[in-house]
Amino acid sequence: MKTETRHEQFEAPSVLGTFLRRLHIDIPLFIGLVLTSMLSLVILYSAGSQDLDVLIRQIGRVGLAFILMIILAHVDPYQFKRYATILFGIGIILLIAVLIMGQIGKGAQRWLELGFFRFQPSEMIKITTPMMISWYLAEYSMPPKAKQLLVAVILIIIPTLLIAKQPDLGTALLVASSGAGVLFFAGLSWWIMGGIVALLAALTPIIWHFMHGYQRDRVLTFLNPEADPLGRGYHIIQSKIAIGSGGVYGKGWLGSTQSELDFLPESSTDFIFAVFAEEFGLLGCLGLLTLYLLIIARCLYIASQTQDAFSRLLASSLAFTFFVYVFVNIGMVIGVLPVVGVPLPLISYGGTSIVTLLAGFGILMSIHTHKKFR
Amino acid sequence: MPNMYAIKDHSLEKHLFINRIVAAFIVISLLTTGLIARLIYLQIVGHEHYSSLAKDNSIKIVPLVPTRGMIYDRHGKVLAENTTSYSLEIIPEQVTNMDDTLQRLQTLLDVSNEEIEQYQKARKRQKRFVSSPLLISMNDDQLAKFAVARPYFPGVDIHRQLVRHYPYGDLAAHVVGYVGRINEAEMKDLPIAEYRGSTHIGKLGIESSYESDLHGKTGYAEIETNVQARLLNTLNEVNPQPGSNLYLSLDIDLQKTAYDALGSFNGAVVAIDIKTGGVLVFVSRPGFDPNPFVVGISNDDYEALQSNENQPLYNRALRGLYPPGSTVKPFVALAGLEYDAITADQKLFCPGYYQLPGVTHKYRDWKKGGHGAVDMNQAITESCDVYFYRLAATLGIDNMVSFMQKFGFGEKTGIDLVGEKTGLLPSREWKREKKNQAWYPGETLITGIGQGYLQVTPIQLAKATAALANQGKVNTPYLVDKIVSSHGTGSGPVSNSYNVPVKTENVNSVIAGMVNVVHSARGTAKVLNRNLNYQIAGKTGTAQVLGIKQNAKYDENSIDFKYRDHALFMSFAPVDDPKIAVVVIAENGGHGGSVAAPIAGQVIKQYLEEHHEN
Repeated sequence: MKTETRHEQFEAPSVLGTFLRRLHIDIPLFIGLVLTSMLSLVILYSAGSQDLDVLIRQIGRVGLAFILMIILAHVDPYQFKRYATILFGIGIILLIAVLIMGQIGKGAQRWLELGFFRFQPSEMIKITTPMMISWYLAEYSMPPKAKQLLVAVILIIIPTLLIAKQPDLGTALLVASSGAGVLFFAGLSWWIMGGIVALLAALTPIIWHFMHGYQRDRVLTFLNPEADPLGRGYHIIQSKIAIGSGGVYGKGWLGSTQSELDFLPESSTDFIFAVFAEEFGLLGCLGLLTLYLLIIARCLYIASQTQDAFSRLLASSLAFTFFVYVFVNIGMVIGVLPVVGVPLPLISYGGTSIVTLLAGFGILMSIHTHKKFR
Repeated sequence: MPNMYAIKDHSLEKHLFINRIVAAFIVISLLTTGLIARLIYLQIVGHEHYSSLAKDNSIKIVPLVPTRGMIYDRHGKVLAENTTSYSLEIIPEQVTNMDDTLQRLQTLLDVSNEEIEQYQKARKRQKRFVSSPLLISMNDDQLAKFAVARPYFPGVDIHRQLVRHYPYGDLAAHVVGYVGRINEAEMKDLPIAEYRGSTHIGKLGIESSYESDLHGKTGYAEIETNVQARLLNTLNEVNPQPGSNLYLSLDIDLQKTAYDALGSFNGAVVAIDIKTGGVLVFVSRPGFDPNPFVVGISNDDYEALQSNENQPLYNRALRGLYPPGSTVKPFVALAGLEYDAITADQKLFCPGYYQLPGVTHKYRDWKKGGHGAVDMNQAITESCDVYFYRLAATLGIDNMVSFMQKFGFGEKTGIDLVGEKTGLLPSREWKREKKNQAWYPGETLITGIGQGYLQVTPIQLAKATAALANQGKVNTPYLVDKIVSSHGTGSGPVSNSYNVPVKTENVNSVIAGMVNVVHSARGTAKVLNRNLNYQIAGKTGTAQVLGIKQNAKYDENSIDFKYRDHALFMSFAPVDDPKIAVVVIAENGGHGGSVAAPIAGQVIKQYLEEHHEN
């Protein structure tokens, strides 16, 4: 470790650079994340009816999330590999606990009350699932064989079903795609992927059968939002009006009329992109998407520089999940995907998602700054 | 597994992985391009379309609020209706000079300074284009004056709306409840589409527990408006479906009789149709006027209601917890017969007190000197405490609890009102859990005469009384009889009923004692038996508010009114064909026989006379 640190000192001429490297921080990624978080505060101020309290609370959460990220960046990636199974197991047990408590109480339950804060096991499982699959597949040669695929699929399905049962379709989707991401980067054959897509298409009627009423409604509303303009279609129609009326240049910061007029519900959480698009226009959207793509590109670069199978699978799948996050949220807000409860990563109001996301980036930084690990 | 490492080809794997990274980046770029294409479509191609939708001069979807269902009593008398009212509303955005406008309105319509102040406050919380009311309810004079002057007040307009009105005011406030403005907490739990445009929601009573029936289904209209938000054209309309009308089993005239009969006492009267479980009377006194709650009660008035020591907002019939006193004796007697702890003819000697073996404490009878040797009939008639101490000691707490539970003690009755209390039927397990103490034999004794930990709600006692009259058939009490919507008539809640297995002869022995309470010369409620052409079975009760020390004497005249005993009476009639069960609780009324029984007598008389005519 000591020799490595010295080596990096030679590479980094600036004092700040040296300091950040000592902190195990990846500078390009760090800059991207800080920029996005600052942008988040700017939009939140406008979307949250210019309420300073909202802003201060969010700054506190983002600060905590960044601290967690830096702590995780210091952990040797070998520890992630070592504890992958235990962490995954704990996550599953907590998910089951939440389900049982939900049945004792009534209706949907997603969190455990820990006195001073609420803990959502489904958030933890978003990271431990790809960690677990990466750990498992890293033991074998790539691409994975049929038996390993089967085990991996089961490992993905267990947490996905437990979360879908809560019911939290959005998170279930993210967990499933993080696991699927690992399989993809492990070299799953294109044929099998094609086969799975075909199978899913064939299974659609069966999935439909097992969906909750409100989940079906979301899909139906997505297919034809105009059918229920006051109720379930309302979000989509209003968010399309907000985005479309923004035009190329937008109405300017604080210039959103749709969210101001309270036409746009959940304007600071899941639908915040609509406010952003209305105020900053197409150019702003392109800027934000570019920022996201740069973050993803940096993550994929980090993945490509890794020396061992576990690190590369975990790093690449975390990057991939981040993109799925962005794609599902924006796709939903602009009306090309059904409305599932997924926030816009790093931008939406709320603490849980940003903590998980930055924890993921902390792991990526750890992998990158401890490269000699094998 | 270790040999797996041996066959790993690291460079091949790395190559495969880099390929996948590249593939992933291509997929991500393509999908992002898709998002951008959609954004271009919305923000460039569709920009004009969406801009016009977003602007004032555009098509808006406005909710059409359904008319709330009416509430009637069993004879079709209106308990809750919708009356028209006119409010004066201002849209700040459309007013050029707000101060000037307000000043002119003040002189024209005689608006008070307080109303102006309130409006100014409300205005600051709202967005500039949101219309908010200056006057909530305009009188005819104001309406006429403003109608003429309207052209000089751009941005100010009269809004017509339906306002909930309760013609019987405080008489049935605890049953019917009231509607009030939807608050933020309620907003979160409501189906947003159904309540878009609705301002009020049921907060209490039937208004609350039947909210979904009463509210109806919201419709909507797509309308085209101009810059002043004036309607140009309606493009498409889906009519709202009005809420269902509810018909209660309540008899409002009987309710009034009971309410008036309670007079100055705080308390409750509950009457139940024995055959069905339909609630005929549900009085909690003092009541309160629900009408101010609809338009928004002022803080001072609400404060006054809350701090009133008579607690008018408290629903005593549903939530009031009282020691039942001697009104439990018929149930303890029936338990004794059913468990073969005693026979109806068996006589027990009452010297005026009872002592547990080996204990010096004397459990006293209400009658100094005692009742002598009494059988069950006499014990109920004269309300002999010692008889029931001994019976309770023989029965034991476990048998007593499990029997009384079957009659609904210690459980919610399941009436269709929100907020019911369970009462308290103490048991060994309960005491162990709540007080971490063993059950003492003395506690069994006082439970046997309805004192100690035992607590009942008036509706609970009425339900149990009706079940006793009904030979053990327990009906769940209900208020809503019929739900009438545009689709047709539905029934209210299905009244669940079940039978407690009891022997008819045992029930009849107990009832015979209850008949003598009213009809024998020694009965504790003999005041009732004048000029009756039917028989009433009843049982008086007195519930202690104040604990009395071992050798102290309870003197009604020497203690504060608020520490006087509660007067209770449970009854049903006619005995040969039981129709109505009535429970009366007069707080601090002193004696069940002299205070509570006559109130029940009036309710029974009016109900049976009316029924006779039918």
